Amino acid sequence: MDISNYIYLSALLFTIGAIGVVVRRNAIVVFMCVELMLNAANLAFVTFSRVHGNLDGQVASFFTMVVAACEVVVGLAIIVTIYRSRRSASVDDASLLKR
Amino acid sequence: MSILTTLQLLPLFGAVVIAVLPVRNAKLIKQVALGFSLLVAVVSIIMALGFESNSGALQFVESRAWISAFNINYAVGIDGMALALILMTTILVPIVFLAGWNESENGRWSVKTFYILLLILETMMIGVFAATDVFLFYVIFEAMLLPVYFLIGGYGFGDRAAAAMKFLLYSLFGGLLMLAAVIGLYIISTNQGGGTFDITKLSELTIDTATQNWLFLGFFIAFAIKAPLWPFHTWLPTAAKSATAGTSTLLLGVLDKVGTYGMIRFCMSFFPDATKTFTPAIITLAVISILYGAFLAIGQKDINSLIAFTSISHFGFITLGIFALTSQGLTGAIFYMVNHGFSTAALFLTAGWMIKRRGSTQISDFGGLQRVTPVLAWSFFLAGMSALALPGLSSFVSEFLVLLGSFAKYPVAAILGTTGIILAALYVLIAVQKSLHGETPSSSAGMVDLNLREKIAIAPVILVLVFLGFYPKPVLNVINPTTQSVMTHAGVSDPVAKVAK
Amino acid sequence: MVTSSNLVFLIALPLFSAGLLLLLGRIADKWGHIFATLISASVFVIGLIEFFAMQGRDGEARAATQKIFEWISVGSFHVDASLLLDQLSICFVLLISGVGTLIHIYSIAYMSHDHDRRRFFAYLNLFIAAMLLLVLGDSYLNLYVGWEGVGLASYLLIGFWNQKPAYATAAKKAFVANRVGDVGLSLAIMIAFTQFGTVTFAGVKESASGASAGALTAIGAMLLLAAAGKSAQFPLQSWLGDAMAGPTPVSALIHAATMVTAGVYLITRSNFIFDASPTAQLMVVCVGAITLLFGALIGTAKDDIKKALAASTMSQIGYMILATGLGPVGYAFAIMHLLTHGFFKAGMFLGAGSVMHGMNDEVNMRRYGAIGKVMPITAATFGLGYLAILGVPPFAGFYSKDKIIETAFNAGGTEGILLGGATLLGAAITAFYMTRVIVLTFTGTKRWDENAHPHESPFLMWAPMAVLAVGSVASGFLLSSGSALVNWLQPVVNEHHEHHAEEFLPPMVVSAMALAVVALGVAFAVLKYRTVPIVAPENVSAFTKAARKDLYQDSFNEAVFMRPGQKLTSGLVRTDNKVIDGLVRMVGWVIQTCASSLRIIQNGYVRSYALIMVFGVLALVTAVWMVTL
Repeated sequence: MDISNYIYLSALLFTIGAIGVVVRRNAIVVFMCVELMLNAANLAFVTFSRVHGNLDGQVASFFTMVVAACEVVVGLAIIVTIYRSRRSASVDDASLLKR
Repeated sequence: MSILTTLQLLPLFGAVVIAVLPVRNAKLIKQVALGFSLLVAVVSIIMALGFESNSGALQFVESRAWISAFNINYAVGIDGMALALILMTTILVPIVFLAGWNESENGRWSVKTFYILLLILETMMIGVFAATDVFLFYVIFEAMLLPVYFLIGGYGFGDRAAAAMKFLLYSLFGGLLMLAAVIGLYIISTNQGGGTFDITKLSELTIDTATQNWLFLGFFIAFAIKAPLWPFHTWLPTAAKSATAGTSTLLLGVLDKVGTYGMIRFCMSFFPDATKTFTPAIITLAVISILYGAFLAIGQKDINSLIAFTSISHFGFITLGIFALTSQGLTGAIFYMVNHGFSTAALFLTAGWMIKRRGSTQISDFGGLQRVTPVLAWSFFLAGMSALALPGLSSFVSEFLVLLGSFAKYPVAAILGTTGIILAALYVLIAVQKSLHGETPSSSAGMVDLNLREKIAIAPVILVLVFLGFYPKPVLNVINPTTQSVMTHAGVSDPVAKVAK
Repeated sequence: MVTSSNLVFLIALPLFSAGLLLLLGRIADKWGHIFATLISASVFVIGLIEFFAMQGRDGEARAATQKIFEWISVGSFHVDASLLLDQLSICFVLLISGVGTLIHIYSIAYMSHDHDRRRFFAYLNLFIAAMLLLVLGDSYLNLYVGWEGVGLASYLLIGFWNQKPAYATAAKKAFVANRVGDVGLSLAIMIAFTQFGTVTFAGVKESASGASAGALTAIGAMLLLAAAGKSAQFPLQSWLGDAMAGPTPVSALIHAATMVTAGVYLITRSNFIFDASPTAQLMVVCVGAITLLFGALIGTAKDDIKKALAASTMSQIGYMILATGLGPVGYAFAIMHLLTHGFFKAGMFLGAGSVMHGMNDEVNMRRYGAIGKVMPITAATFGLGYLAILGVPPFAGFYSKDKIIETAFNAGGTEGILLGGATLLGAAITAFYMTRVIVLTFTGTKRWDENAHPHESPFLMWAPMAVLAVGSVASGFLLSSGSALVNWLQPVVNEHHEHHAEEFLPPMVVSAMALAVVALGVAFAVLKYRTVPIVAPENVSAFTKAARKDLYQDSFNEAVFMRPGQKLTSGLVRTDNKVIDGLVRMVGWVIQTCASSLRIIQNGYVRSYALIMVFGVLALVTAVWMVTL
């Protein structure tokens, strides 16, 4: 098995996610891009787990999934609240912290 | 639990009790706070009665492990100097409560918060003088800033937020330098058989000259900011201008003493060689402070900043006495700390009453008060006489001892310092003339004299000033052993009279 | 040396009374003045008892001491609150309490219309207590407490009517000028302690001879500075004229008879210092000679009766200071002149007060004239005082002042001739200005204000004047008959009766010369003031103008000390705000500027934060990669 393909895929997914986070304005899309990055990391974990022949990487990916699930819950709640108060899901509208 | 720890915890307990009282019932809160502060005063007097005054050793010692990984202990104990300063603190706090009965009502926060802050501050003020663990001292030294920050910023006048910020930043800067020096000391002690923060063990370390100089400066600058010595003084007038009379009293009367206390307790006992190296420079700064503070006081138009500058001048005297390193100078300086506490209290409290009645802090807005409010005018006059060190009042004894003690070793500094007494006469009498004498302007004609509560508040202060002026022996007896042990540790002795009898 | 337990009452009684009257406030208004007077009288009685007790003892054992408590004890520095009553201090105790009591009695009537009479009497008692402490303290530090205490009492009494800004300023000026002198006393004490390890009179006396000449001269010079401040001597004399703002009894007691003579006491008390240092003695005689002429010259041009008398006081104290500088022979004559001066000058001040009382508080002598007819008792007592100050035999001044002139001539050489000449010249000018006061006030034509209805003062006022007038007549003879005072003081001032081998001039000749110049002065004044314009003439000689302005002393002080001092103060205030606080604020400004430029990055957009994070990670990875390469 050539692990480099898996790593390339993981890097590709991560890059797509990162670019998405930086470029897109819609909070939902940004959010999905974050998920994409997390999953890219999961893929890398699982790959290395397979290579090293132990379960550490798989356990780590489970942790990531659990954290991602929590993050979805909190993140979506925030997005919904922002949408309610601003009638928009654009991240640029929620730039209150600079003041 | 020793009586010293009890004394420290009592005000804190009072703060907790007040915390559960209803916010609305301001009167009850004030009464409970006053009750606790009086209780603290009584306990401190009981403690003083059990103090062995002939001994220079630490008494009421108690030590409990706090952070054992670094050998940090809750270690307390007092000698004569600490006892005198703690007594001054515990006596001043109820007076401040009584004198400023209503000053908590125009604040940003509630009356409750005000008294909680003050009682917490009292705990820390006692703790800072009692601590015999350098780390504990440092923690309290820094933590003390917070209640004062909120007291100035929340209950003061004018540009109170800026004044509070300036005070905090100045002090934090000094504290940071001290922290570095404290860590440095700990590392040195680790290399010499076991890390410790215990002041007795630390004072037995052997430290090479260069390190001593740097660590000395770390401590000294922190204390010079605290005790304000020229040129680290500019936070004091700003803070005094904005703080309430009670806060100013505690800030200048007690908190600033931590600076001069620290110079004796830490700078001198940890770094005897560096002390000798820096003494000429410090004596110069002290003399500049004496004269500079006095000149600036003459030029002030605001009564609170006038008092602040007189204090800068007086701290110059204290520092001069400390670093003269003679028994008269050192004892005089320690006694001066106590007297200055009461003397400034009298000044700030009476000035505070005048300001409250007239609604202005400008000296020129007053006039002819002696005819309208004789008791207030007399109190202010006596406070002023104490500031100019009139014989018969306790500040004379201490000021004279300081000058006498420094004359033997630094005659020029002492002569310059002595001319400060002319300037003192000027700044006090100019203020007295402008505010108490002359025609009474119509704006002051309706002012009312002190009420019974205010009379009860000021009477003990004046009584202490007069009593210790005529009979300073009880306090001097307590201070003398400390002086002797400091001098023995520093390896100096008094100069001998040139013509033997 | 015996111990006595009465001495403390001399101080404690008036101090207690002062505190009581001040604390009780208005409750004591009805009886306060009587209480204070009785206290003062009882102090006098205790003084008399002690005096007679002293006479019952022999020369060396006459002094009495009392240790009250241990005051300060630090290291090798020990000062007890203890009192010493010896031959020198008893003179002062009797003068202070005796004249003091008379003036208390006088003030009962003089201040009867004042709303704050009780407070006035409290201050008077405070003064008596402080002044007695000054003369009874057994060490320089105890003396210093009394020294500043009388300064405080003087400040309070000069500013008694401080609702008038000028009076409040006069009080402040007196206090500050005195403080300059106090610096001298403080420094003298410090030098004494570093030299001798003690500050008691006895201790310093014992070891004074072992000290270096420089140290003794330094102590002497500093003591002289102190004396100059308290006794209004050159160059610190300018406060005395303004001090006349106080009520007239105060001027009589404090600024004529007692407090201002404290400098003479200090120098006499420190005779062991001055005797061992000829340089210090020279300074003392110079200051005395300058002041005696200075004061006399100022006195010639003053129209304010009290200021004329104040100038005269300054001049007479100049005589005393000069005498103390003449060595062991001079001390007793200085003290004798001090005592006789206490009688006649206090009497004249009370007379002036009596005139003012009758003339609606008018002090301008040009508005007086012919008052002798309506106020015969005042005129008579004042006249006796006048004859005494002139030195006409057999009045008091003749015995005391002629002795000083004689001793000055006997100082020998050029110094003797200069000093003798100065004292003679002073006597002539004294005769001139005192005659001027008499002529302007009591004789000549009425120049009164329309509302003035002068009348003789009540009994309570003229009785003390009469007593003092008797003193002006008899005290000189009593003190000098059989060298009573000289012998009495001998154990204190160590005079060994070593009569100067050559007397410069025989005493008779000196007296004749003095009388001759006095007659000249009197004649000149009588001729000059045959007519007196109500408004002081403007086109007068430059000298008169200068004398009216106190020989420009105030202008000098203002130009040299006050105005530069004010400039320095305001300059320092500006420096403090701009430079020192400016530096502190600059630190804040720098941090703020840096922060606001960094703030641009914080635009609030999540994506730019994310981008920065990405770059950050890339940078970190690159860095790690570079390091591990």
